[in-house]
Amino acid sequence: MSARRIFTRPARLAAIAPYVWMALFFLVPFAFVVKISLSQAAIAQPPYMPVVMLADGWRGLVAAFGALSLDNFRLLASDDLYLLAGLRSLTVAATATALLLLIGYPVAYAMARLPRRWQPVAMTLVIVPFWTSFLIRVYAWINILQHDGLLNKILLALHVVSAPVVWLATDRAMYLGLVYSYLPFMILPLYATLARLDPALLEAAGDLGSSPRQAFWLVTVPLSLPGIGAGVLLCFIPIVGEFVIPDLLAGSDSMMVGQALWLEFFTNRDWPVASATAVLLLAILLLPLLVYDRFQRRQMRRS
Amino acid sequence: MADAIPTPAVEAVSHGGPLLRIEQVVKRFGNVAAVDGLSLDIKAGEFFALLGPSGCGKTTLLRMLAGFEAPDAGRILLDGVDIAPMLPHQRPVNMMFQSYALFPHLSVAGNIAFGLKRAGMPRREIGQRVAEMVALVRLEGLETRKPDQLSGGQRQRVALARALARRPRVLLLDEPLGALDRKLRESTQRELLDLQRRLGLTFVVVTHDQDEAMTMADRIGVMNAGRLEQVATPRHLYEEPVSRWIAGFVGDVNMFDGKVARRDGGRFAVAVPGVGLLNATPPRDPAGVEAVSVAIRPEKVRLSRRPPVADVADASINRLEGVVRDIGYLGGASLYTVALDGDAATLRASVANTARLDADAFPVGQRIAAWFSADDCVVLER
Amino acid sequence: MTAAPLARVSRFNIAALALGLAFLYLPIVILVIYSFNASQLVTVWGGWSLRWYVEFFNDRAMLNATFMSLRVAAVSATLATVLGTLAAVALTRGEGFRGRTLFSGMLYAPLVMPEVITGLSLLLLFVALGAERGFWTVTVAHTTLTMCFVTVIVQSRLGALDRGLEEAAMDLGCDPLRAFLSVTLPLIAPAIAAGWMLAFTLSLDDLVIASFTTGPGATTLPIRIYSEVRLGVKPEINAICSLIVGSIAILIVAASMASKLSSGRGGNAAPM
Repeated sequence: MSARRIFTRPARLAAIAPYVWMALFFLVPFAFVVKISLSQAAIAQPPYMPVVMLADGWRGLVAAFGALSLDNFRLLASDDLYLLAGLRSLTVAATATALLLLIGYPVAYAMARLPRRWQPVAMTLVIVPFWTSFLIRVYAWINILQHDGLLNKILLALHVVSAPVVWLATDRAMYLGLVYSYLPFMILPLYATLARLDPALLEAAGDLGSSPRQAFWLVTVPLSLPGIGAGVLLCFIPIVGEFVIPDLLAGSDSMMVGQALWLEFFTNRDWPVASATAVLLLAILLLPLLVYDRFQRRQMRRS
Repeated sequence: MADAIPTPAVEAVSHGGPLLRIEQVVKRFGNVAAVDGLSLDIKAGEFFALLGPSGCGKTTLLRMLAGFEAPDAGRILLDGVDIAPMLPHQRPVNMMFQSYALFPHLSVAGNIAFGLKRAGMPRREIGQRVAEMVALVRLEGLETRKPDQLSGGQRQRVALARALARRPRVLLLDEPLGALDRKLRESTQRELLDLQRRLGLTFVVVTHDQDEAMTMADRIGVMNAGRLEQVATPRHLYEEPVSRWIAGFVGDVNMFDGKVARRDGGRFAVAVPGVGLLNATPPRDPAGVEAVSVAIRPEKVRLSRRPPVADVADASINRLEGVVRDIGYLGGASLYTVALDGDAATLRASVANTARLDADAFPVGQRIAAWFSADDCVVLER
Repeated sequence: MTAAPLARVSRFNIAALALGLAFLYLPIVILVIYSFNASQLVTVWGGWSLRWYVEFFNDRAMLNATFMSLRVAAVSATLATVLGTLAAVALTRGEGFRGRTLFSGMLYAPLVMPEVITGLSLLLLFVALGAERGFWTVTVAHTTLTMCFVTVIVQSRLGALDRGLEEAAMDLGCDPLRAFLSVTLPLIAPAIAAGWMLAFTLSLDDLVIASFTTGPGATTLPIRIYSEVRLGVKPEINAICSLIVGSIAILIVAASMASKLSSGRGGNAAPM
């Protein structure tokens, strides 16, 4: 009956409500996504039919299984659109994540080097934008980037350009929006590992003959790998499925998977294909998600 | 007495039985037995120290007394009542935590009053008791401070006052002075001892610092690998260790491994290869064992340039010769390492620097005679 | 050479930090400034004015969406805080229990799961259950998402807490529940409050999941804003966004002042 065990039983009871909630509202719905993705459009079209007719009992279930088909996935495979959307999602996410790392690392590094009492202030400053609406932050950029927006005005006034540049509805704008929106997710895990780094390690590296630059590459970077991993995963995974930013900032000539799903669902009202797209997206993210899960668990064991 | 905790019958003590009896207690973590069939009696009013290297199970034992761990087997009797099945809040013992575990959201007074409120003591009495405790640990004027506004020494005293406020039958202290610096530790040792004497309380202290245990405790239980190696007063522990491990763990010791050559009542002659016969009249006889070690403390070895004039046949003195190899100057004493003739062994001798010029009485390389009394030797099973 | 150059902030560090923060804040500052623009054209500065704020307070549809969002956010944040705190307690104090791996997986996955997937899957569940879509479906969906954030925040605070504190409380006469209520809960209260606020703002902010799970008559503010933004920049939207940013800023400042005040007051409080 260690203190642990004294608390263990009530603590386990505490798990029941959130456990049931998450199982019902997070886990079980995936089954429906898979089920609908295998359904014929006719059955699953609105007005919405119940997905499983429990009243029909076992025979209903058998019938339901009989009705499953891979048609939607055949459609996905036959139309370039989805394949290209998948590829584009991956390249956009990879590029944006690389940019985020490139920009986020120096900021996190600088934060970790601030005098101790300034570090919480800097951290708050990085977190606060995360509290303001995502949509608003994207919208703020539309304000700045539009044809006669602030950016073009400044560029014209400085005679950097002679005619207004098209910023909106380009990949440039999308990357800007992605970097802007996800920067705190990159900075915070990086900062967390860098702040834990013992400065004596760098002094030791210097003492053993490394220049500050060598010490950075040989000591700081390897030791901050967990932070890099966490930051990369926290940005890469959601960006692959991003919808709002590419929808509002990128051009309409190419789509990401999230946009394809949105289009199928809201515009075409084709739920089975939307679900199949969701399954495709999940499949793309399966590996990164598993890595992320292992990461989290290792992190938890350490703490 | 406004003791809020129901005190079990006190007669057990008057019968002369122990206040706390630990019987064959076992605690396993996985396959490792942290406490392995340990039995121990602690008397009322005693200052008892559990001493041992880290990982020996002493903290686990203390936590079982507090109720944070339940023994897998055995009983823990307090005044004759088995408290092993009781939860921590049901036991009339209190603990002072190594980290102090002061509640950061409560003031000094709030921390001290915490346990009294739980016991349902009336407000007025709580106020009195808190004031009394604050005075006891000399924290007057700091009642409204939060723990993070206190120095390390002050926190230590709040933790002590909080644990004492409920007038526990036994106070458990987990490395109570571990977080203090050396100077403060010495003065706090005296205070703690003084407090325990004045209140007549039973203290069980866990420590890894043998000086601390020696200075404060009435008795010391030395633990190793989940078992008690020896339970004794500090003096007995040092002068009459029962095992090689104890002799080496408590203080410094020279150890000569050999075979019993002659056994005559309490007198031993032990043949040590490369050294010769060593005479010993130990306090304890490792009966029936031939492979033994002769242990002698460095401060009991005397050095001189020439061998003592005493009768060479006198079996009460051991005489060895060698060359000074190294001198460790420690201020009050110097520790000489002597390479014994035949290069079979070295001997450490601690010599008090009683005069300023003594410090380098025997330079390195000096041929020297080392001698020690058979009465000062301890013979231990190997 | 001393170690100082290695351990100190360089000019490059300062520049990186300043640029990073400027990048994060400038767009929002510009947005707020333009919300006070008197001009009909978003891009032409026509002097200071509160005109667009007045416009917003006369826009019934926008106001309805705002109230809907506030209601959803308040209810879902409260539910999420209760569930998330329970989950955090279970994860930090429950040791290894059966299904713990799945439990923690279910709590961490939504943090990175693309919202389109979460939204679509929840919608399909609601349809299958035959639930009428509207206020409650959005609220349940937001609770599911935001409780994971609450869990992470509360869990990190609980994990950092000295276990000795709970033991000390029990040693001083508390049963486990009392020990939790009188010692643990006050100490993790700031994290719980922060969790609630984060859940509230995340719910207020969400477009994608709300779009999937909402029904007729339950349009939230982000859905409304999004449909306007798709048609181009409107000064009124600037005003709404500034109001949201302002209220969140006030909330954060108030929260940090409250936490400072409570710790300060505790220091001078009466002995008990």
